[in-house]
Amino acid sequence: MVEHGDIRVVHRGGSKINFREPVITNDSRLLLCASGESVKVFSTSTEECVHDLRGHTDLVTGVLLKPSNHLQVYSCSLDGTVRLWDFTDGILIKTYVIGYPVYSIYASANHEGVIFIVTPTQSDKRSELFQLVALHLPQSGDQLVEAGELSAVLSDVSSNPGAIVFGRGGEYIASAKDLHLEVYFFKKQKSYRFSLKEDNKKGGKNKFTCVACHPKDDCIATGHEDGKIRLWRNFNHKKEYTYSTLHWHHNAVSSVCFTPEGTNLLSGGLESVLVQWRYNQESQRDFLPRLGSAITHIAVSPDGALFCTSHSDNKITIIQSCVKVSAVIQGLVKGESVKTDLMVDPRSKSLVLNGKPGHLQFYSLQRDKLLYNLDIVQQEYIHELGLEQFEVVKVVFDASGNWMATVEERRQKAAELELNLKLWAFDEQTQSFVLNTTVSAPHEARITAMCFCQAIDSQTTMLVSASKDGHFKAWQLPRSAPAEDEGPSWSCDFVGAYHGLVPECCCFSADGSLLAVSFQEVVTVWSPTSWELLTTLSQPPKAIRNLCFGRLSCSKYLLGTTANNLLCCWNLLTCSLEWSTSMDISLLLNDPLTENMAAFCCQAGHTDLFVFKPSEPRPVFSLKAVCSGKVTHAVFAPREEMLESCEESSQWLNRSQLYFLTQYMDLMTFTTKAEEERLMASSKQLVIDDSVAMTPFYLLLGKHRKQGNPDTLSSPSAERTSLPQGSVAIKELLQTPAHVLPSTSFLCSMFVESLLISVTDTREEIKQAEEEMESEKEEEDSEGEMESSTSRPEQVLLGGPSAESSAPALTKAQVRELRRVKKLDHGWLSGLLHS
Amino acid sequence: MASFKPTKIPLYPKLGEKVTQDTLYWKNYKAPVQIKEFGAISSIDFSPVAPHNFAVTAFTRIHIYGPFSQEPVKTFTRFKDTAYCGRFRSDGQLLVAGCEDSVVRLFDVGGKVALRMFKGHTKAVHVTDFTSDRYQILTGSDDYTCRLWDIPNAAELHSYREHTDYIRCGVASKLNRDLFITGSYDHTLKVFDARADRSVMTMDHGQPVESLLLYPSEGLLVSAGGRHVKVWDLLKGGQPLVSLKNHHKTVTSLCLSSSGQRLLSASLDRHVKVYNTTNYKVVHNFDYAASILSLALAPDDESIVVGMTNSILSIKHRKSPEESKEASEQKRRRPSYRVFVKGKNYSPKQDDYLVSKPVKQHLAKYDKQLKKFNVSKALDTALETWTRLRKPEITVAVIKELDRRGTLKNALAGRDEQGLSRLLNFLVGNLVDPRFAPVLATAAEMILDVYRQVIGQSPVVDRQLLRLQDLLEREIDYQRDLLEVLGMLDTMFASSLPRAPVPCPGAGRANGLAQGEAGPLRPQLQAT
Repeated sequence: MVEHGDIRVVHRGGSKINFREPVITNDSRLLLCASGESVKVFSTSTEECVHDLRGHTDLVTGVLLKPSNHLQVYSCSLDGTVRLWDFTDGILIKTYVIGYPVYSIYASANHEGVIFIVTPTQSDKRSELFQLVALHLPQSGDQLVEAGELSAVLSDVSSNPGAIVFGRGGEYIASAKDLHLEVYFFKKQKSYRFSLKEDNKKGGKNKFTCVACHPKDDCIATGHEDGKIRLWRNFNHKKEYTYSTLHWHHNAVSSVCFTPEGTNLLSGGLESVLVQWRYNQESQRDFLPRLGSAITHIAVSPDGALFCTSHSDNKITIIQSCVKVSAVIQGLVKGESVKTDLMVDPRSKSLVLNGKPGHLQFYSLQRDKLLYNLDIVQQEYIHELGLEQFEVVKVVFDASGNWMATVEERRQKAAELELNLKLWAFDEQTQSFVLNTTVSAPHEARITAMCFCQAIDSQTTMLVSASKDGHFKAWQLPRSAPAEDEGPSWSCDFVGAYHGLVPECCCFSADGSLLAVSFQEVVTVWSPTSWELLTTLSQPPKAIRNLCFGRLSCSKYLLGTTANNLLCCWNLLTCSLEWSTSMDISLLLNDPLTENMAAFCCQAGHTDLFVFKPSEPRPVFSLKAVCSGKVTHAVFAPREEMLESCEESSQWLNRSQLYFLTQYMDLMTFTTKAEEERLMASSKQLVIDDSVAMTPFYLLLGKHRKQGNPDTLSSPSAERTSLPQGSVAIKELLQTPAHVLPSTSFLCSMFVESLLISVTDTREEIKQAEEEMESEKEEEDSEGEMESSTSRPEQVLLGGPSAESSAPALTKAQVRELRRVKKLDHGWLSGLLHS
Repeated sequence: MASFKPTKIPLYPKLGEKVTQDTLYWKNYKAPVQIKEFGAISSIDFSPVAPHNFAVTAFTRIHIYGPFSQEPVKTFTRFKDTAYCGRFRSDGQLLVAGCEDSVVRLFDVGGKVALRMFKGHTKAVHVTDFTSDRYQILTGSDDYTCRLWDIPNAAELHSYREHTDYIRCGVASKLNRDLFITGSYDHTLKVFDARADRSVMTMDHGQPVESLLLYPSEGLLVSAGGRHVKVWDLLKGGQPLVSLKNHHKTVTSLCLSSSGQRLLSASLDRHVKVYNTTNYKVVHNFDYAASILSLALAPDDESIVVGMTNSILSIKHRKSPEESKEASEQKRRRPSYRVFVKGKNYSPKQDDYLVSKPVKQHLAKYDKQLKKFNVSKALDTALETWTRLRKPEITVAVIKELDRRGTLKNALAGRDEQGLSRLLNFLVGNLVDPRFAPVLATAAEMILDVYRQVIGQSPVVDRQLLRLQDLLEREIDYQRDLLEVLGMLDTMFASSLPRAPVPCPGAGRANGLAQGEAGPLRPQLQAT
């Protein structure tokens, strides 16, 4: 076994953005939301991701604007820290180490210097019991602060952040769990507890799901599992409390929220309808229906102009005051299972898989962004629990990307299966797929496999579908269009069967001259031109799981895996078994661009990967314990630009990239060290550059800057003689409008400094290299001097006390800030490298 | 916010004929006028001159009808026995007819009594015609002879005894006064020249010849006999050109459309078929109530006249241009184009502030109800009489949509007698349609579940339930029969297909599975 130190498995794209309630900033320009181990900052108008606040080492569980400073934000995480960020610049300001996993975070303007967090009950960390504790934030200048000053406020609270909320002006805090609502008054230091009965007469469930407090009035709104909303008043008395009930939702209310002025109450749930209730005139309601999928969280901007809803399909919708949807931020939708398997669209090179119910999502892997959703089912989606819906279960593309075939099915309890086969043609004008043919009930039972003839130069396109009803059918597009106004449509060309056995897999050879269909333990090879059964192959009497033709130089091989852990390779020229090996392979797939094949092999609870060529006995690459659990979905995606790696072990990644889904629906991929470095360099630049919002104009400008950089990198010797860098800086300085420049006194020293690059600069670089042992640092330092105003003073500091005197504009605080920035960067880099 | 997605109405491929120019042309006739005659109508002949009256020979009479009259203009009754083959002369003045009593009579169209009687045949005369010089008459008889007669002095000019069976059809050339062709039950067609005393050409049809037709150019001859219609090229010495076999009973009559582009054939199988004379494909088909004996087209295809064995004469007149326009106008009952365009073509001026109005999505009635989750009302609108009868696919699509939403039971329940009977009526009408059966079977089950306790309370509903049961029983029997036929076909195909040996992999692993495929391979066309 060869060791491959430089190929790593990394997470790629599509983290959850609907995990916690998003936060809209005071100026309504940015939206912050917890996304996996980072906090993402989106622009509310352009939907672009502006920053990615990285630093937490575990799931981020809450985001909260700092009440005293609206440009800073707290985030809490399961790694036991609360971090304070400057989200406009995307920098970490402070880290408070708590030491217990934090599940949610609350703060109020009335309680300065105190935040409230939910942690597991301290006595034992594993228990399901949670408590709300107040955390006094220590006033200290250090970046890393131990915060141990905890005082319990409420015990036995819910870990759901929507179940705890601050009341009017922070006077009280309300917490709901199961059937109890508890209100704690800070002044009186007293809590009241109200309970509901388990079930009411009609069998509805009374459990609390979410709480909201009126900002001006003493009123608490609670959502319940049976779809009711209760408005509680007079709750500062134990006995004389009252509540009124609002009922519109027919499933559990997942979120309630008051607008900042308290005039309206918003609620949402599974129905995917945003309901707006007038406060005190609850019979008047406004609806915003068909938001796509179940609402999980609702947030309102501090000025009340924007609402935003998170949805269960990993989507955040931004709504302008309950009238119209202004922006949709869509992440990669990951349901419980990916029925369609992973596919790559040959045209856009995007990943295609199940998206919203009844849709396919096209997800760009390069840009980590959802391109679009394609409605396959084209039916009104009924949001109701327990209703059988049409699901897209199969999707295949032909080699050129001109045709796509989808299968949708719906299985009712008693009735028979409903199947639809749809064929979509790519429309050049609209740049998307247009429905060409619908075949209802193409087979009598579930379709097990489908494939297009992959030969590019063939005259006709052919699709083969195999079904549990014991037949496989070939579908063809007639070559000449019938003389009618509508275009050609697909029709069945051939129905094949083999001894009444059930076909499981089908596969076309690379040139389209052979079709292999596996019928349980027998592989049959057909000629698609004459529909003649050419030969049958059967090795060990066990059902075939996967079937795959070799490509390019290995096109004479047919590979199959069987249920009794055997990988067989048949030579189609001699119709005999070439080799076989015993492996428990869960997935076998071929790279469409090379002759490599990848086999995911499940062993002792985790998966190993083997990459091999059918003609060579030694695997090209193997990696043990890629991830835990079984890998059932994987795909080779072609790269945009070829990598030029000469190492033998990583050559297989040169032309395409292997993506796979783990058991927990994480999208992972393999990267080489060189690629990672390149990626890091570009992301680094982004982090430092970002001082303005990501607008299209900015992107244009950013590109310009990036182009400037390689010049300076490539010619360090020329730099010294003619100072081209300095002249660029001067030019930039002169061209920048005066009103956006800092004060002249501040600039002056820097400007002079920029002209004085000589011995100190190189020495500094060496020093830094020694200090941090990082190669990228050099790149960063040799970026343009005027690139950012922070990089220059940093060097000044390190240069020594003599430089400090020349920069009197820098205050102590600024110096501290800069040092912290520097430290932050290093910590982040080393963390990435060592993980 | 996505908009409401309307219910998908599946497009079913239109069964039956495709709409072509021919279909439009031949369908453009009014409902037929039917006239009862005294016996089977053996011959119809249009007068070549202006009012284009036509002579209908039936039993012992010949009636002459005007182009639009329903009553005969004129009747010739002086026949002792069944009359045959009343024909007009090319000037429309004289009419000749044969008779079962072997006498050929010549009438003036204005008079009543026969002008001349040609006696000489010994058996029934089925064929009579004028030669193109108007002075001679051609007759063919069951005594195997055909003769030429001189009209002025009623004398027999010639007698040809070449056929060996009854002569049942014959035509005289319109271009050459000496040329005529006869067809006989001895399967032959013979071309005679009056100047020669023998037939000049003989063609073998293969079946007893029932009808003959000459093309206007007289280069092609069409003969009908048995189930075949054959076209002969006379210029190539009687070479067979095409043989058409589109009827499943004896073809009795032939005729050409006025343009000469279409050939019509009538048969005992109650169909009239229209052929394209360039490729001899059937382009249209008429159905009639009884076996057809005679067929004639008025000049300019103004009317189609068909005589049948049940002694009914059916006359179809072509629709006048106003009438056909009216029909098409009735379909267009929408607001005028002006209403839609109103204000749309106004281009905003420079200082105008454009208030954009959201485009309102047009929804069908049932979709409006579905959008509001009014399931019962949605089903009611889909069951409205017009939709139910004309567009059952809409009703079925709504039922399917309700089923998908899981609310079909709610929509079906709670109906009164009238509503339920309407539902059952729809089921009875459409349940056995293979396109709708899967959806309607579920609905039918639900209806029976929901309304089980009301059985026996209403005679209307009970009757319909019984009808439904009866229908299902018949359908089951029918399906069983079909399966039997399919099984028989399978065995026939399996035994007739050559069994190709499949090359076995050389591994020597005889697993007994590597054999040719036994099942039939039927390409299936799928509805799209």
